Amino acid sequence: MEFISQHPVLVVSLVKIALTLFVVMTALAYLTWFERKVVARMQSRWGPYYVGAHGLLQPLADGVKFLFKEDVTPPSSDIVTYILAPFLALVLALTAIALIPIGPTDVLLLGQPVFAVSNVNIGLILLFAITSLGVYGVALAGWSSNSKYPLMGGLRSSAQMISYEVSLTLSVVGVLLLAGTLNLGDIVSGPGGQTGYWLHFIPRWNVFPQIVGFFCYLTAAIAETNRVPFDLPEAETELVAGFHTEYSSFKFAMFFMAEYANMITVSCLATILFFGGWLSPFGGHEWEKFIPVAIFLALAAYCLYSIGTDLEAILHKLQFTIVVGIFLVLAAVCFFFPQYAMPPFWFILKIAVFMFFYVWARGTLPRFRYDQLMSFGWKLLLPAALANLVVTAVVWLVMHP
Amino acid sequence: MSAIPVSWYLALSGVLFGLGVVAFVFKRNIITIFMAIELMLNAVNLAFVAFSRAHSASGQVALDGQVFVFFVIVVAAAEAAVGLAIVLALAHTRQSLNVDRVNLLKF
Amino acid sequence: MIVPLIVFFACALLAVVGAVLLILAHEPIHSALSLVLVMVALAILYLLLGAPFVAAIQILVYAGAIMVLFVFVIMLLNAGVEERTDWSKIGKWVGLPLGFLLLLEIAHWLYHSEPGTAIANGGGAPPAASTFALSTAIFRQYLFPFEATSILILIAILGALVLARKDQ
Repeated sequence: MEFISQHPVLVVSLVKIALTLFVVMTALAYLTWFERKVVARMQSRWGPYYVGAHGLLQPLADGVKFLFKEDVTPPSSDIVTYILAPFLALVLALTAIALIPIGPTDVLLLGQPVFAVSNVNIGLILLFAITSLGVYGVALAGWSSNSKYPLMGGLRSSAQMISYEVSLTLSVVGVLLLAGTLNLGDIVSGPGGQTGYWLHFIPRWNVFPQIVGFFCYLTAAIAETNRVPFDLPEAETELVAGFHTEYSSFKFAMFFMAEYANMITVSCLATILFFGGWLSPFGGHEWEKFIPVAIFLALAAYCLYSIGTDLEAILHKLQFTIVVGIFLVLAAVCFFFPQYAMPPFWFILKIAVFMFFYVWARGTLPRFRYDQLMSFGWKLLLPAALANLVVTAVVWLVMHP
Repeated sequence: MSAIPVSWYLALSGVLFGLGVVAFVFKRNIITIFMAIELMLNAVNLAFVAFSRAHSASGQVALDGQVFVFFVIVVAAAEAAVGLAIVLALAHTRQSLNVDRVNLLKF
Repeated sequence: MIVPLIVFFACALLAVVGAVLLILAHEPIHSALSLVLVMVALAILYLLLGAPFVAAIQILVYAGAIMVLFVFVIMLLNAGVEERTDWSKIGKWVGLPLGFLLLLEIAHWLYHSEPGTAIANGGGAPPAASTFALSTAIFRQYLFPFEATSILILIAILGALVLARKDQ
């Protein structure tokens, strides 16, 4: 106990890091479940249904499968780079999540800020720097597989990522002008932040003045994470090959996790920059703690109902009972600790909306051809982001002489 | 951060610059020689930031070194782009990346 | 004050190891990766020196764009194992030791230089440079170099496009 009181920074940081990693990895696993279920429902079928109740144990089964598959290494590849590439992709994707605050940075527990693993004054640029290093994972994976198709897929994918990175960073500069700071916590709730209301009911989120910037950011973010409709270099796997062809079992799982972690990172950044981060749309009153309680209790009631009617196997009923237990615990936490639970609740809700949007796009849109993709990025998106920046700067100068 | 003397940073910068010179002189692949140039530029950037720190008083920061580093990075980017374009053109005509093969103007 | 010391030595070691690997690597792709390691180590050293914005720009531009360009070109040209043309005997037995001597001499004289020894364990540590102060300096005092470098980048883009185009 003395150690804890003498080194509070170290202990609290380690706890925060461990908790963040655990939560993010679980979220990654269940994001795959979410995606498969939603895409399946959009295609009028069930999705994972048999492994666990409603497919809830499917990520576990996939994880076990990935661990026990045979690890095939192509014989003539560059072994150091071959092993380094998926590790690099995953490490960078997970590091970026550490920079994101999920609540106000001045809420303290044991004297340390509790909602942010790290709160740097240049958080936004550092986040973009780590994202730009993520190109290496893809490029090196394509190169070290020592085969034509992964090389082409890797080159195309990394060229796409670099092109859309420029538009990504430029579309954010308008928000930077409005916020006046690079600190992610201050962009939400600092002096240039997004607290307060216009006309007493429209929350002062940056999406309203920066709507063009938001759509540029969203498009560039989807392209940056190699998702549909921009996933030609990756979806060549369905036709021929992609940059992770020669990877099997755990290394492929690492690429997979890195892709979802990148999705989470850009969604977090979108909520912080454009949608007010952890700020509630209703203004932070006392009665708001009943909203998550109501939602979780409703979900628990639905699960109890489906235990009674839908599920037949005893194991499935047991799993759904555990799910009901989790929802009840979450409702209790939101009710009894509102100042620690409400900001993350709103933040995660907004991220969940973005995740749904990603999966919805995947289930709906056809993909771009590669030359259409590159010309869209350079000839349409970059001028749009630049125009947004110029107009924002002119309006800002006029309003603040 | 006042426990680390600025001279240690300068020594590290010198070591890196020297290693860059050795790489520049002794490597045969054009791209590796370019990378040695970038290593030398990085060593010089470190010296600039160290000097900027050395000239800062306790209340205010002397920013000139950091501004210069900013411009050095920008110029290095431009130079890398043009240089690699030249390397691409060279590789297409001479079919080799060995700098010893680029000897048509040799007396 | 032990933590900055450990970080400094770790990053200095990483930077020197990266530079040595650049020299000793057989394949250009390994040299490129060790140069990225050097750049990341230097970015952490910039953080220690109170230049956070420069550190972020170093990773964003240098390690994240320029080195990616290098890796691209290596991959496009399929630069495999370097041919080892044997060095001349003078080069190996006299040049290499003299090169390392040059390295040690530069380090020695920089170590004993005036600004180095004057700021030993000096007084108050200056605050880290804020982005606002840096951008004020760039856009007011150094406006002309800023505009000149933007024209330089434009020329570089045009030059690279023209040079890399295949003859038609």
